[in-house]
Amino acid sequence: MDRIEILENKQIEHLLENKEIPEFRAGDNIAVKVLVREGARERFQVFEGVCIARSGKGLNQNFTVRKISYGEGVERVFPLYSPMVNSIDVVRKGKVKRSKLYYLRNRRGKSARIAERQSSTEKKDNVAKKADSGSALPIEEDNSNEE
Amino acid sequence: MRTGLICKKLGMSQIYSDEGSHVPVTILHLDDCQVVSLKTEEKHGYSAIQVGVGKIKEKKLTKSLRGHYKENNVEPKLKLTEFRVDPENIIDPGSELIASHFITGQLIDASGISIGKGFAGSMKRHNFSGLRASHGVSISHRSHGSTGQCQDPGKVFKGKKMAGHMGNSRVTTQNLEVVKVDPEEGYIFVKGSVPGPKGGWVILKDSVKSKLPENVPLPTAIKGNEITVDDKEDKPEEKKNDQLEKKELSEKSADEGPKKEEIKEKTGDEIKGVEPNDS
Repeated sequence: MDRIEILENKQIEHLLENKEIPEFRAGDNIAVKVLVREGARERFQVFEGVCIARSGKGLNQNFTVRKISYGEGVERVFPLYSPMVNSIDVVRKGKVKRSKLYYLRNRRGKSARIAERQSSTEKKDNVAKKADSGSALPIEEDNSNEE
Repeated sequence: MRTGLICKKLGMSQIYSDEGSHVPVTILHLDDCQVVSLKTEEKHGYSAIQVGVGKIKEKKLTKSLRGHYKENNVEPKLKLTEFRVDPENIIDPGSELIASHFITGQLIDASGISIGKGFAGSMKRHNFSGLRASHGVSISHRSHGSTGQCQDPGKVFKGKKMAGHMGNSRVTTQNLEVVKVDPEEGYIFVKGSVPGPKGGWVILKDSVKSKLPENVPLPTAIKGNEITVDDKEDKPEEKKNDQLEKKELSEKSADEGPKKEEIKEKTGDEIKGVEPNDS
C-alpha cells in the first residue's frame, strides 16, 4: 500500500465515524439523504431512485442515481464518502446483469422495470410459501422508479 | 524572507472540506529536513541557509561532500538546496525543520522540474492552432504557419515560438494554498497541482506575490528544544499554532456535536424538513 492510499484510508475512516454506508450495487433502489444549504438554513432532501452505476475506487468513489421526476428523467452523481450525503438506504434490491445500467436512459415505464433480487434464504422461503399456497404467483415487482 | 522547504511529491488526492466540497490536493512529503550549513554576510557577502533532505550512505558521497557534512556535524543528505534568508532568520546548522513551517491557509510558491515531453510540435508546445484540416492543406495539419515577414527584416526573429524540446525545465507555480499540514508524519497538502513527476523534488517557499500571514513561525518551526536565540521568543508562537490547530480540531468536533442535536431536533419536524421534491 503506498502512502497516499494509507492517507486516503485514514480519511475514509474519519468520514465514516458517524455514519455507515450499506452494501448496494447497480440496480438497487436507494434513497439518499442529502444535506441542502439554503443561505443559513440547512435541511435534508431525499433523492430516491435506481442506482445505475458505481464508479471509482478508494476515497474517490461515486454512484449515479436515476429517477423519473414529473415525467422527466433526472440523474445525480454522489460522491460515496461525501459529508453532504447524510445516509443511504437500500429500499429494494434489483436483479440485473450489467454493472452500468445506462440502457435505462432509453427506456420508460414497463420496459424500465428491474426484477427484485432475492438472497438464497429468501428464495427458499418463497418456494416454501408457494408450495403452501399452491396457486400463488411469484411476487410481482412494483415499478417504483416510475413516479 | 524565511527559509523554504524541500519536499518529495507523492502524488495527488482529494480532501473533503468541512463544507462538504472536495478539494484536489497534491501530497508532499518532508523527510528528515535539516539545516546543513550557513552563508553569512561577513564571510560570503549574502545570508542564506543550506537545507538538506533524505538520507544517503556516506560511501556514496565524494570526499569533499563528506568533509562538508562532517564540518557541520550533519548526517549525509540526499538533496541539498540553498535558500536566501534575512540575517535575522538564520537557523543554526543541524536543526531539523518540520512541516508546520507553513500554516493552513497560507499561500506558497512551488518549484519543480516539469515532466519532460521530448521534441514537441508547436501545437503542443505553444498552443498554436495548426493549419486547416481541408481546403488544400496537405501533410502539414499540425505545423506552425508563417515565421515572419518578407525581405525587410530578412530573418526570423530570435525567440520565435517554434517546435522544440519541451518540459524537463524548472517551473514555478505561484500562490498555491496550503490546505493541511501534518508535522508528525511530515505531510504538506497543497491545493491544486505542483510541477514535476511523482517522486520528484519540489521546493516550497512563502508566496512572493501575497502577504505573509502574521502567525507563521519565525524564523521557522523547529523540531525539539534545540537552537537559536530567537527561538525562545518564537516557541510560544509555535505552541500557539499547535494550539490553534488543536482548537480548530476541537471546534470541528464541537461543531459535529451540536449538529447532531440539530439533526435530532430536525427529525422532529422532519416531515416538513425532508421534502420529497416530487410527487
